[in-house]
Amino acid sequence: MLFVAQLVNALQLGSIYALIALGYSMVYGIIKLLNFAHGDVIMVGGYIAIFSLAAGMHPAVAIILVIVGCTALAIIMEKLAYTPLRNAPRISVLITAIGISILLQNLAQLFFGARPRPLHIPFPTGSISIGEITLAYPMLITIGSAILSMLMLNYIVHRTKLGKAMRAVSEDTDAARLMGINVNSVITFTFALGAALAGIGAVLYFVRLPVVAPTAGAMLGLKAFIAAVFGGIGSIPGAMLGGFAIGILEVIVNASGFSRWTDGAVFLVLIIILLVRPAGLVGKPTIEKV
Amino acid sequence: MSSHHDPRTALLPERDIHKIPVMECRALGIDFGGLTAVDDFNITVAPTEIAGLIGPNGAGKTTIFNLLTKVYKPSRGAMFLNGKNTKHMTTIKANKAGIARTFQNIRLFKEMTVMQNVLVGLHNEMNYNLVDAIFRAPKYWRAERIAKERAHELLSIFNMQDDGERKAGSLPYGSQRRLEIVRALATNPCILLLDEPAAGMNPSETSDLMENIKEIRDIFKIAILLIEHDMNLVMGICEGIAVINYGRVIAKGTPEDIQNDPVVIEAYLGKERENAEGHRH
Repeated sequence: MLFVAQLVNALQLGSIYALIALGYSMVYGIIKLLNFAHGDVIMVGGYIAIFSLAAGMHPAVAIILVIVGCTALAIIMEKLAYTPLRNAPRISVLITAIGISILLQNLAQLFFGARPRPLHIPFPTGSISIGEITLAYPMLITIGSAILSMLMLNYIVHRTKLGKAMRAVSEDTDAARLMGINVNSVITFTFALGAALAGIGAVLYFVRLPVVAPTAGAMLGLKAFIAAVFGGIGSIPGAMLGGFAIGILEVIVNASGFSRWTDGAVFLVLIIILLVRPAGLVGKPTIEKV
Repeated sequence: MSSHHDPRTALLPERDIHKIPVMECRALGIDFGGLTAVDDFNITVAPTEIAGLIGPNGAGKTTIFNLLTKVYKPSRGAMFLNGKNTKHMTTIKANKAGIARTFQNIRLFKEMTVMQNVLVGLHNEMNYNLVDAIFRAPKYWRAERIAKERAHELLSIFNMQDDGERKAGSLPYGSQRRLEIVRALATNPCILLLDEPAAGMNPSETSDLMENIKEIRDIFKIAILLIEHDMNLVMGICEGIAVINYGRVIAKGTPEDIQNDPVVIEAYLGKERENAEGHRH
């Protein structure tokens, strides 16, 4: 019985990681950029939630505001920082991403202080019991909304022209451009889509761990990044799989009484996957183009 | 076919002689660093002409295609599409203005299906937005259905309508080349650039391809400009041919003119190279 409860717990954590990992993976898939500022978008989402709830907004409005805010932030980031570097070496863009991450953290510290602030997003409390198992609503809602978001993403990527354009740009940017596809707007759209998922992830994350600090997104983002690499960066199903895998791993480590080693175990997984299968679980080993 | 025009100006098929040329290049040139890759490139392509661009390896043919599709910015000269100057066009704009191409080394979206590749080409034809798609508005269904029917229609030119669900990368080589043509056609061009469409095809595939190219011209009423090394194909279907060597046009004319041109023979067989300079101004 404990096993089932822990499994649901793992799925809850895993679905948060998966939602955030998707943003890393999609952006990497399309412009080969590890957007290290992605985690900090979640932190900004946390502050948006704090302030909109403090302003007396309805929780649903606040949640929508978080998602919209994260999306807008990613679009601004992409337009101001990454678009001008479209033809720059990849390393310059990577360093820019790290720079934005540091900038966002420090701006948050400057404006909101370094002290962690509590954030209580009103969420349905209570639980349902099936036999001896008790499942809290927030857990079920988290898993449910994560799965729903992923289905929606899958639909967008596979069933709409924008999704097809995304996949085309990801496979061959120049050929896509010659097909008349506006590559820049497809890239911006990808950032926006990833950030919207991160916004949903932010809400679900702060429901589970109701504290916001300027560095709140850093470790979360790093773990989601590891999840993306574990699953196979650039791959959407890979990010989902990796997210759930990292969630399950953390819960196993915690449940076995090694909770101090949780982060260590996740990083160990990164090292092992990079040594053994750098392309990730579902990624194809890359073949050098001639 | 016309053989009475001045080979130095245009070689327009008689039916197109009074129409605005679909493409016109005036003294187009590009330098890479100190190297002049293409210089003084002049060509006029009529609205329903099949034209050929030939020349030895490294002569600058693919560079010209990259200039025409705005992948490269020309250092000199001008290019007109249907009479419109393309100076400020990007690759995307040039495509929307009616220029589409295939690649020497096939560049399909290999991980996507055959149908999806064609649908990418139809991207700009589908006029619904994400909100329509998420709420599955009638507009979305209609646009997707029309696009699929169109893709099906285009694939059937090459008898590929039953391969729609196959991965593009899993197709045999010849079919990949044909799919690239279909994908380019999907963008609704008025001029189609084919970069070595017959490369890697066997003689029977090549002769099918020749029929297909003529069919495409007749059905879509578009111009086709092709780079090709297969002389049977070039001489068999092109109405006007330009020969490039060292980035310059060394001869223009009908297939008959070209086959008998001493300058061309020289460029291909490479004899008396020291004298070749004298012919190239």
